[in-house]
Amino acid sequence: MKKFVRYLLPIAFLFSLVLILSGCGKKSLSQQDVLTNDRQSKTITWGVKADTRLFGLMNIKNGKVQGFDIDMARAITKQILGKDGKAKLVQVTSNTRIPLLKNGNVDALIATMTITPDRAKVVDFSEPYFHAGQAILVKKGSSIKNIRDLNYKGAQILGVQGSNSVQNVRKYAPKANILELSDYAQAFTALKSGQGVALTTDNGILYGMSVEDPNYVVAGGAFTKEPYGIAVNKGQKPFLRKVNAAVKQMKKTGEYQKIVNKWFGNVQGFEEGGN
Amino acid sequence: MINILVRYWPELWSGLLSTLGSSLLALVGSLILGTLFAFMEISSHRWVKFIGRVYVEVFRNIPLLVVTMFFYVVIPMFIAKVNGFTAGTIGLTIYTSAFIAETVRAGIEAVDTGQMEAARSTGLTYTQAMVQIIFPQAIKITIPPLGNQFINLVKNSSVLAFVAGFDLMYQGNVVAATTFNTSDTYLAVGLMYLILTLPLSYFMRYLEKRLA
Repeated sequence: MKKFVRYLLPIAFLFSLVLILSGCGKKSLSQQDVLTNDRQSKTITWGVKADTRLFGLMNIKNGKVQGFDIDMARAITKQILGKDGKAKLVQVTSNTRIPLLKNGNVDALIATMTITPDRAKVVDFSEPYFHAGQAILVKKGSSIKNIRDLNYKGAQILGVQGSNSVQNVRKYAPKANILELSDYAQAFTALKSGQGVALTTDNGILYGMSVEDPNYVVAGGAFTKEPYGIAVNKGQKPFLRKVNAAVKQMKKTGEYQKIVNKWFGNVQGFEEGGN
Repeated sequence: MINILVRYWPELWSGLLSTLGSSLLALVGSLILGTLFAFMEISSHRWVKFIGRVYVEVFRNIPLLVVTMFFYVVIPMFIAKVNGFTAGTIGLTIYTSAFIAETVRAGIEAVDTGQMEAARSTGLTYTQAMVQIIFPQAIKITIPPLGNQFINLVKNSSVLAFVAGFDLMYQGNVVAATTFNTSDTYLAVGLMYLILTLPLSYFMRYLEKRLA
């Protein structure tokens, strides 16, 4: 009996840690008013992608993250905080972005994030700032022409953990196997080494990969609609209103279109909203 | 946390089984490989000794994740298809075997040289003396550090998550990404790892007491 109790001691320790952690931190960072804090510090902290060409990719030469989402984040920051407002960029992945937002590490996410009902239960979304659609990327000359060609037993489709594209595939190709990797760079590497026959995610991201390596092409066009939204924590309505107003203003002045053209102007076959 | 355990039990359980399977395979594999390389390291043959040392020094000093990614990404490009589970288990086996080789070598060298001299003088050959006299004594010395290696091995198997090996950590990532309840999910996963490693830990302690 005594031995048994000793055996359970570590488990009991873990449990008590849970209780302590859930008991404290009532007024956590994520519940303080972001807008007031950011106005004081003149900084908005954004969660952005660093593994996604065109949207947010680390430039190896200068160590800076660049892309559509990054330019949007900078422009929105200027709109909200004025000329001397600073955008602080924190790198996130599909899997870590919601946890990082919820624990207050970032104020907002602008990270190729589709607005879905499930996500809307845990975070608040802005109006869509970009309309993407899900597609598949295959090797040039592959016999796979669209998502339905992948609906056979033993098909290996690559995706990324924490992205809703994986759930969509289960709908369109229920017989296929899905391998979820931790980020887009890794998923693309896995596709190149033949771990799967196709990589699925939003077309904007896939076109970025196709630009990087023309041996891989987007097949079959978009089969879902994926409106991207900026995510903020629940209870940050004043901040969210400011973000929405900023995007609206940018669309009016043409600044938004300028950023779109900068990143997607010469991507062949790209069409916002898919088809 | 309880509701995550209940609701996603099938996923987490299958992850637990994958982790257990990978760990057991790697445990047996690395024990055999590790012992083999330990004997190579103490060999009087110059080249055999050299190969043994190079193997141990290379794989002991490269991060496990790098070894695993190598098997997952590079091998399929040139040799044969390997899935995440296999690549992860191979990486885990090789990585752990380097540590086990060092542990076993140290154990053998810790046995007093007089033992070997005495055994040889009774007419045993080098191999007979090694297998019947030295090795059983060395194993006894290596049990505690080996136990550490085995516990590390179970925990290191979480590397499978990075190559879609469907282990406990991978399923934990999937559950966390679906529920958005990260803290509770990883606590549940931590608890399940404890279920695997605690018995191992206590068993090793028991063995230590029995053999001491």
